Amino acid sequence: MSAHMCGILRVGLFVETIMISVRHLRRTFGPVVAVDDISFEAAKGDVLGFLGPNGAGKSTAMKMLACFLTPDSGTADICGHDILTDSIAVRNSIGYLAENAPAYPEMTVGSFLNFVCDARRIKGAARKKALDRIVPMCSIDSVYHQTIDTLSKGYKRRVGLAQALIHDPQVLILDEPTDGLDPNQKHEVRLLINRMAKDKCIIISTHILEEVEIVCTRAIVIARGQILADSTPAALKKNHQGTLDEVFRKITSTKKIA
Amino acid sequence: MNGFWAVYKRELKGYFATPVAYVFLVIFLFVAGYWTFRDGFFEQRQADMTIFFRNLPLLLVFMAPATAMRLWAEERKNGSVELLFTLPITVPQAVIGKFLAAWIFLAIALVLTFPIPAIVMYLGKPDIGLIALGYVGSLLMAGVFLAIGSFFSAVSKNQVVSVILAVVACIALVLAGWPTTINYLSATLPSGLLNVVEGLSLQNHFDSMLKGVIQFGSIAYFVVLILGWVAACSIILDERKAS
Repeated sequence: MSAHMCGILRVGLFVETIMISVRHLRRTFGPVVAVDDISFEAAKGDVLGFLGPNGAGKSTAMKMLACFLTPDSGTADICGHDILTDSIAVRNSIGYLAENAPAYPEMTVGSFLNFVCDARRIKGAARKKALDRIVPMCSIDSVYHQTIDTLSKGYKRRVGLAQALIHDPQVLILDEPTDGLDPNQKHEVRLLINRMAKDKCIIISTHILEEVEIVCTRAIVIARGQILADSTPAALKKNHQGTLDEVFRKITSTKKIA
Repeated sequence: MNGFWAVYKRELKGYFATPVAYVFLVIFLFVAGYWTFRDGFFEQRQADMTIFFRNLPLLLVFMAPATAMRLWAEERKNGSVELLFTLPITVPQAVIGKFLAAWIFLAIALVLTFPIPAIVMYLGKPDIGLIALGYVGSLLMAGVFLAIGSFFSAVSKNQVVSVILAVVACIALVLAGWPTTINYLSATLPSGLLNVVEGLSLQNHFDSMLKGVIQFGSIAYFVVLILGWVAACSIILDERKAS
């Protein structure tokens, strides 16, 4: 199934709605080209895994999609809104978890989530409902009244996930969501992603190749700002004859970008 | 608009969530009071608050940047700026929200000096209009210093650097009109430029308000400075938030 057909519907075995459409995004930081003309699409139900070595441009690409960074050229549509001209609408439709799950350390978990609800216009009964849903979903009941700087890394990450999910967005962009978590916590996050994958379009970036096999329906390999492969984990393994680890190494080290 | 309210509410609550705000208020009130009484508040035998207001510029030059320094430097340093601007909040909304929260905080500090006007009104018959104008002028002056402080807070990730830069800028603005500065500069600058420097002086505009003169030019001076520095903060933050 080609991933580069234009149009709203991608017709293959079944009809899918394209939720993310990235076209020739490019971003430099001074002389360094962080993201070099990437294009791809993602549909509802996709869990897209961004793989790549450190410094490949995964985080930069995600920051552009989340409207934190403006691209030097190119654009993207998320849920029909353009990231350049309609960035508030984009931010309303996505939940973003940045690397290291930043938050306000002196706030309690409860007041932090209330702040996010303020910003996302979730008020009154809807807010109570959202909090009642999200707190058990992310298992943060026990730390609801603790200040964020007293939390362990795992709990901080869960609070970050809670803030990304609280408004039940259609698109999720998660930058290394399981980084630094212990095996049980990793498992929980992956279960959560699997549960939500059906009705959402999720992009995660990761270094953990086994995670790609467990969680992702598609894998995009990025190195030096360019997309080197865009396929399903199974197809990648078949085409390159090896484990995902070997595929990764082969793709990212042999393809020399001139 | 709700982005603005969310940031404003959070920031104002944040000020009072730590002991720092209370320490700050105590220091501000103590120094303001001490300077007032030391300079002969009772000895002057006149029911006005000029002595109190005369000392405020120098005090605010240090206290306002200290209030503003944490506005942006801390967010950029700990990465929460990335959270803030991936919520549906625009940069101007966030900048104005934070600025207003800091300004309200300083307004609270000024309100807490109420014992001094209370004393004056009990002991004599002061010109209340003058006192009110003095407070309005102080509030505007605090606004200018805060706007400068918030700009430098966005410029540097290090709070110490930003507070030093802000204090220097504020002092320059205050000193511009002092006679010693004008005398010093009159040797090197043509008189036209000297008038410009005098016009830029915060002290002059503030003093005219203390005397009861409400000039459009003075009000415009404060308003333009506040708008200008806040706009500059917004611009610089937009460029630098991601680095």
